[in-house]
Amino acid sequence: MKNQEPRSISSCAACKFLKRKCTPNCQFAPYFRADEPKKFAKVHKVFGASNVSKILNEVPENQREDTVNSLVYEAEVRLCDPVYGCIGAIASLQHKMVELQHDLILAQARLACYVENQPSYLDDNINIIAPNTDFQEPSNGLVESLNYNSMPFDQFSQFQFP
Amino acid sequence: MTSSSRCAACRHLRKRCPSDCIFSPYFPSTNRKRFEDVHKIYGASNISKMLKDLPVHLRADAADSLCYEAYCRRKDPVYGSVGVISVLQQQMYNLQTQLAQIQAEIAVATANNNNNNNQIPPQPYFDGSFFPDQNGGPATSYDPPSTWFN
Repeated sequence: MKNQEPRSISSCAACKFLKRKCTPNCQFAPYFRADEPKKFAKVHKVFGASNVSKILNEVPENQREDTVNSLVYEAEVRLCDPVYGCIGAIASLQHKMVELQHDLILAQARLACYVENQPSYLDDNINIIAPNTDFQEPSNGLVESLNYNSMPFDQFSQFQFP
Repeated sequence: MTSSSRCAACRHLRKRCPSDCIFSPYFPSTNRKRFEDVHKIYGASNISKMLKDLPVHLRADAADSLCYEAYCRRKDPVYGSVGVISVLQQQMYNLQTQLAQIQAEIAVATANNNNNNNQIPPQPYFDGSFFPDQNGGPATSYDPPSTWFN
């Protein structure tokens, strides 16, 4: 009697999408379960299976789940906003931060007027004389390097996050 | 067509660069690294599809944003540009917390001044929404940002 081959394990979402056999050591199986087909579809559409595989191979195994999650998120945002993707969200956040920093300067200066024995940072016309810029600069060099002059910041105010 | 007139993409892919090449306006031969980075993350085929799906006047911004995301992913292979978003969101939350605290202090100081008939009258420098009501209630504080990335 011919030995029957053992039943194949359920394919992961990636192998189902790619229409191939899902092996026990499939690289995608831990992160793209069969019950989440759309997750891999999005990542495949934006990055491609081959590129995702290369990216995963570059990171330690204990960080691959986070890597997949960030790739899925980037893919989702890119599909929602094909022009700017996550950069749109970054520009929007930076714009809001500039506004917040300005508000904070004014608030600190205003508070200084009420504190006894503290120099006033506002002149009679409520203009800042010596602003208290006691902010922590971003420690992430990548954030500091964002100088995306070609991005029209104003239109990102209506950006809807997925 | 001489090799020097090929765009960075066609040079990298070792093919002829036609006059209507989808890549050439956005990946000039003067910056080969730019295409290499974006090709490594997305692949030339996907980039081509994404650009072709967009109106011409939006393709330059799309190419720039793809390049920047690829740059972020190269710098941080685990989180890429999402890591930048996370950092910015945390910084924004910290600023909002600081601002809310100072506004609360201003509210208290203003109330004290009113009670003591202080010479400095409260003058709105925002649109007035952050100042306490006349009963000395707390100033409006920023709502914390929603967490949209775990």
